Amino acid sequence: MTLTDEEKTTGNGPAGLGVVGWLRWGWRVLTSMRTALILLFLLALASVPGSLYPQRGVDPGAVARYFQNDPTKAEWLDRFSLFDVFTSPWFAAIYLLLFLSLIGCVLPRTMVHLKEMRRTPPPAPRNLSRLPHHADIEGDLASAEAYLRSKRWRVVTGDGWVSAEKGHLRETGNLLFHVALLVLLVAVGVGGLFGYRGNVLVVEGDGFANTVAAYDRYLPGSQVSPEDLQPFSFTLKDFQASYIGPGHEKQGQPLDYFAKLTVQDSPSSPEREFTLRVNEPLDADGALTYLIGHGYAPTFRITGGDGKVAFEGAVPCLVNDTSTYESECVIKVPDAAPDQLAFLGRFLPSTVPNGAEWLSVFPGAVNPTVQIWPFKGDLGLDAGTPQSVYDLSGHQNLKPLGQMTASPKPMAVGEAVDLPDAAGKIEFTGVKEWITLQTTYDPGRFPALLASGAAILGLLLSLLIHRRRVWVRVRDGGVTVGGLTRTEGGDFGEEFAELTKALEHHARAEVKDVS
Amino acid sequence: MSPDRLATLSDQLVLAAILLYLAAMIGYALELAFGRVTETVRERRLATVGGPSDDLPEPEPAPEPASWAPKAGLVGTGAMWLGWAANVGATLTRGLAVDRWPWGNMYEFVVAMLLAAVTVFLLLQVRYPVRFLGAFVGVVAAIGLGFAVRVLYTQAGPVVPALDSYWVAIHVTAAVAASGLFIVGAAAAGLFLVRKEGPSRLPSRADLERVAHRVIVIAFPVWTFAVISGALWADKAWGRYWGWDPKEVWAFITWVAYAAYLHARATAGWKGKAAMIVSLIAFACLMFNLVGVNIFIGGLHSYADVK
Repeated sequence: MTLTDEEKTTGNGPAGLGVVGWLRWGWRVLTSMRTALILLFLLALASVPGSLYPQRGVDPGAVARYFQNDPTKAEWLDRFSLFDVFTSPWFAAIYLLLFLSLIGCVLPRTMVHLKEMRRTPPPAPRNLSRLPHHADIEGDLASAEAYLRSKRWRVVTGDGWVSAEKGHLRETGNLLFHVALLVLLVAVGVGGLFGYRGNVLVVEGDGFANTVAAYDRYLPGSQVSPEDLQPFSFTLKDFQASYIGPGHEKQGQPLDYFAKLTVQDSPSSPEREFTLRVNEPLDADGALTYLIGHGYAPTFRITGGDGKVAFEGAVPCLVNDTSTYESECVIKVPDAAPDQLAFLGRFLPSTVPNGAEWLSVFPGAVNPTVQIWPFKGDLGLDAGTPQSVYDLSGHQNLKPLGQMTASPKPMAVGEAVDLPDAAGKIEFTGVKEWITLQTTYDPGRFPALLASGAAILGLLLSLLIHRRRVWVRVRDGGVTVGGLTRTEGGDFGEEFAELTKALEHHARAEVKDVS
Repeated sequence: MSPDRLATLSDQLVLAAILLYLAAMIGYALELAFGRVTETVRERRLATVGGPSDDLPEPEPAPEPASWAPKAGLVGTGAMWLGWAANVGATLTRGLAVDRWPWGNMYEFVVAMLLAAVTVFLLLQVRYPVRFLGAFVGVVAAIGLGFAVRVLYTQAGPVVPALDSYWVAIHVTAAVAASGLFIVGAAAAGLFLVRKEGPSRLPSRADLERVAHRVIVIAFPVWTFAVISGALWADKAWGRYWGWDPKEVWAFITWVAYAAYLHARATAGWKGKAAMIVSLIAFACLMFNLVGVNIFIGGLHSYADVK
């Protein structure tokens, strides 16, 4: 930047670039390759904490545990969005700058490329033997031109020379790749705004209808309203899992599981049967439902102290150990009278005694039993404080019934136990299974796939095609061929050797035709 | 043959491959240590001798190459091909024993990945003069297989239902192929950094750089495809095509780092050494994704079966 003398002397403040100058400078810096490179490094570096700290979008439970174990540190981490790295402002700042830099790079290059595409190859240099690739061969200009044209080279002829060029697809591919990345970003954004995700647990025999209220956890995009949910429903008829049997190192590892559903795509459409598997989601008008997890739901009949049945149904148990499916359940019976009842339960699908206690040794329900710890008192459900159905902790007004032991004698299916203090009776009536499902609707999926496909295509073109030029000039008794590639890599030397051979061959063949 | 016999045969073939790769490494190393100094370098040196540049230190005379050195290299190549055959056999018999694609856990993945790396090297050395890479690819393959057998070994058996899908054939195969290519690229990049300017038994730095670049240029689209096909599979299996699971995060980091390498190579001031260092950082990310994420971090991809 040069300043005139006048500007130097009449300085109101430091002689700077001015607003426009600074903007232009900023744009030039932002769109330079060096900046893009640094932003790429930053993007990679910024992603690292996303794999080291638990993320809310991936595993909210783990984040909650982190807060429990180390609240001070968790709060500080949260202040820097380290539990939401990929939706954090600083991560967005990096990728938005990167994409801005990308646009600033792609736009001018597209203009240049469009011009280049229309331009004819430059005339042949005077001395072709100075080029990195050159050869003197037999032949003539006309046959060389015909051959090059037949091989789809762009050809221009002049006085005693032929000029040919190939490989514009390299830059086309390069631009396509970068534009595809922009489209991909937009598709991801659209999916986030107009899509939704919901999780639900369903017990065998129960149904589900796709409404906001039916979900245990529901995460809509900001542009989704409850009426937008696809109106499908289904009933879970049966769930089956099979596991590797005893005697193998991987005993208990699941082999296959599937859920049999009766589906209605809308209230007016006919019912259809569907088998839901791990890699085979249910598709209802673009909303996809996936089988995520499963577990056991023992069924109980519970009678209060007054002799009336206060509860009858299935209780989903949370899995403690996926290698044995030993599970924990909580039963709350607010309808029991005169005292409300609550139970802690431990479900053992394949029970064996082990000293004074009982264990599950296999995930399949070979010998299912439940161990029960009963409580009575006030569940406090009327207080209005929200509480988890999977948790009894925090209930101050519950008193254990009878002697609490570490491993009470388990009940088998069909057995009943009278509670101490004549508080009532519990019957273990059967075993059902539950599944957890995730429903997702993402209108950006398909555009994202198209963009990814275009990105791969562009990448292949830009990395594997090379732009190269070939010239042919007449000399005494033949022609001189010269070649030049402007990009590194590839095997232009080989291609050039083959080309000269082919040119010679073609020329000879033509001569034969004429004679 | 029964599945058990096949599985045992597979284990034995892996051990055979380790020994053969070690033999190949020794053969190649002998050729490298006692063979001739790179031609181009000698010519350049001869040209300076007797010139007016007397202030330059007189170059030491090149040590006479041992006459048996090229033979050691040939023996190395032979052992490498045999090791490759054993490695192919190990992967095939494992696949037959478990009746699925033989890259369903980390042990199988590493065995297949090293097979891919050796395949890339052997194909390269048929067409290009890259025998010098043999010692390094050989040692990586031998140590890698040893690590797989000692640390990652898993008894042959079926995989969890989530992995029982044709996407294994697409997604994991692409990841195996890309990793194999990246290993060879990293070997060349490492040699580039080790090699000083001046005469050497290694090829010139420009040649090393070219080999590394060429391999990475092929590997990068394959890796991109592996990531995208992984997203397609995740869309089928987990209900989202991208969820920032730790494995996905590191696949993304690796991709960005290799993209940075390709850009660095086209940026003034970054060509050569800096770009080579970037490619090695990217390779470290790839290896961390393979070993570190499976063992230290976990996540949805934790099917490694490592105890």
